[in-house]
Amino acid sequence: MKLELHRVKIHKLAWGKETSARDGLLTVNKEELLTMLRKDERLAKVDLDFASPGESVRILPVKDVVEPRYKMEGPGGVFPGMVSDVETVGEGKTLVLSGAAVVTTGKIVRFQEGIIDMKGPGAEYTPFSRTCNIVVILENTEDLDKHDYETACRMAGLKTAAYLARKCLGAAVDSVETYETPNLKDAMAAHEGLPKVAYLYMLQSQGLLHDTYLYGVDVKKILPTLLNPTEVMDGAIVSGNCVSACDKNNTYSHQNNPIIHQMFKRHGKDFNFLGCIVTNENVTLADKKRCSSYSINLAKTLGVDGLLISEEGFGNPDADLIMNCWKAERAGIKTTLLTDEYAGQDGASQSLADSTPEGDACVTAGNANEVVVLPPMDKVIGVPEEANVIAGGWQGSLAEDGTITVELQAILGATSELGFTKLGCYTI
Amino acid sequence: MTYRIIHYINQFYAGIGGEEKADITPEIREGVVGPGMALQAALRDEAEIVATVICGDSYFASNLEKASEEIIEMMKKYSPDAVVAGPAFNAGRYGTASGGICEAVSKQLGIPVVSAMYPENPGVDLYKRSCYIVETTDSAAGMRKAIPAMAALVLKLLKGEPVGSPSEEGYIERGIRKNKFYEKLAAERAVDMFTAKLHGRPFVTEYPMPVFDRVEPNPPVTDMKNAVIGLVTSGGICPGGNPDHIEASSASKFGEYDITGIKDLVCTEYCTAHGGYDATYADQDPDRVLPVDVLRDMEKEGVFKKLHNKFYSTVGNGTSVASSKRFGAEIARRMISDGVTAVILTST
Repeated sequence: MKLELHRVKIHKLAWGKETSARDGLLTVNKEELLTMLRKDERLAKVDLDFASPGESVRILPVKDVVEPRYKMEGPGGVFPGMVSDVETVGEGKTLVLSGAAVVTTGKIVRFQEGIIDMKGPGAEYTPFSRTCNIVVILENTEDLDKHDYETACRMAGLKTAAYLARKCLGAAVDSVETYETPNLKDAMAAHEGLPKVAYLYMLQSQGLLHDTYLYGVDVKKILPTLLNPTEVMDGAIVSGNCVSACDKNNTYSHQNNPIIHQMFKRHGKDFNFLGCIVTNENVTLADKKRCSSYSINLAKTLGVDGLLISEEGFGNPDADLIMNCWKAERAGIKTTLLTDEYAGQDGASQSLADSTPEGDACVTAGNANEVVVLPPMDKVIGVPEEANVIAGGWQGSLAEDGTITVELQAILGATSELGFTKLGCYTI
Repeated sequence: MTYRIIHYINQFYAGIGGEEKADITPEIREGVVGPGMALQAALRDEAEIVATVICGDSYFASNLEKASEEIIEMMKKYSPDAVVAGPAFNAGRYGTASGGICEAVSKQLGIPVVSAMYPENPGVDLYKRSCYIVETTDSAAGMRKAIPAMAALVLKLLKGEPVGSPSEEGYIERGIRKNKFYEKLAAERAVDMFTAKLHGRPFVTEYPMPVFDRVEPNPPVTDMKNAVIGLVTSGGICPGGNPDHIEASSASKFGEYDITGIKDLVCTEYCTAHGGYDATYADQDPDRVLPVDVLRDMEKEGVFKKLHNKFYSTVGNGTSVASSKRFGAEIARRMISDGVTAVILTST
């Protein structure tokens, strides 16, 4: 499977008559995009705004972030099972508006959305202070069921991302990256002498709005399966999550999964990277046992020597992470874990909810309970009062002058367990 | 600027006497006393020891709160920027007093504190979470090494400079997790560690796996007929509008709610404060999380004697073990004093 990512670099946004990309400027036809989004009868109101790096702008509550991509060539389309048909993706050529991001906001579920600051200390923590953001502001119709509202929001973000990139087909491309994974027969024969490895990609599936989709399938209904890394780049995995903002894997992070990119970098030098095993994080013990055993059996069947395991979320999914770890280690497969921590505001409590002696190689993306102070911004897109109730905030988080004092967990992507930030933790 | 430091030492290092003088009450003297001289030299002109507090080890140990209060009052007059206590080496009561005064100063005055002890000094386990304790040898022979490390650390804290790891700075690990930005993305660090482990090369985990205290379950209730049942939940059920503002995640409190005469938790009166799950079904019928309705039926049928007239609720989502322990102990205390004999705990 061979995929070329054709990157059109974006570093500026403007409204205009025609949606297009030229010389780093992404022009958006606001009316055309709004007309498309307003077709969804579940939405009472849709609006658009921009937020660019360095501007004194705060967006909250943010539901998801999506990178604009569209297929130029090859089978299927982006976000299969959501925006496109369910044809297998990951081959051919895909246009990427690099540096642009679609951000969905609105008073969505209740507690579980996040904050993006484009400037100041908050900007240091979120990767989305460095993207030119097209913000989609959504409001539901009265009495709309929360699950339907979540679907409407998710689809609005995906459709906007696909629309923007589709309109820019034909724009001058700044760079082309090629990713290629052979079939298993050839992969097994290649790189003799190097250890064979896979990436165990855990997806949030606790249900009740903690959902992730694979080719449009709710992953709580899957058994663990193999996935080609390039499929992920075409949007085969989509976030439907309404859960603590810091460590939910938003769609943008899936599309750009840095673990996959790092594995490709080392492939053929330090190890032979065979691909991804995707698994879920369901809530019942039977599901946890079934899917951890099934995942590790897939790894054993592939004959891998090592598994890099990334978690999504915290608490309940810690049990899945730990089960995956010890089952792999006891099968003779070496593991490294990527997680984050909930060690309390003072950092003095245990960081994970479960533990195993086999988890001797663990990288963390930071303590999500640590408190940060976000000074006021000149402009707020969304509903600032949500700071008092979102996960990570408390009554009084929002001060009269607009300052927000919250735990890091309220900042979108701050402790990304796909390792999208440089944050980490150490013991003093 | 020159920072103002107060040094805390015991009766022995002040040259007053040994065990026979260990019950002397605290006093404060201007300037340096005993080991303060070396400490002042190590601080150079960046900080000045403006006063020294001297207290008998036994006095402090037998009057913990009173002694702390007296000493803090004495210190306030000198408006210190930081307090340094010890080094106490392996002297147990001196270590406990040094740690105790550091903790009290940190909490009440909110200024940097540094002590120094031998790792086996009982003061270490008691106070390492509250303050930085520089590692020393077990006797005063280690003074020459301890003093510069203490001075360097307190100056760093005064200047607000980032404090490095225990091995870099020479203090005893406090067991506190702190965030920092690394040079590399977490994903790259993970793949680096993965590669090292695969090839049998040395690596250092970023988080050694936690250790938990396991709680043995109590034996089952044998006399259900006479049981008084209490209800406790981490599922966030509370009266409508969440009057106590229990946080959606990382709860700082629990609520106590009276259910005298309530047969059913109806959606117009109750809801959940929890931010870790979709609240739709809990809000539709809060009994799904906290089954008051079924328990009222069972109470009527005489399955048990009584449903306790209060329930306790907090949010488990992202809440630290330390907070949970604190809530649990207080809830248990209240229920025991109210005569509750068995508890149903519901999670989510």
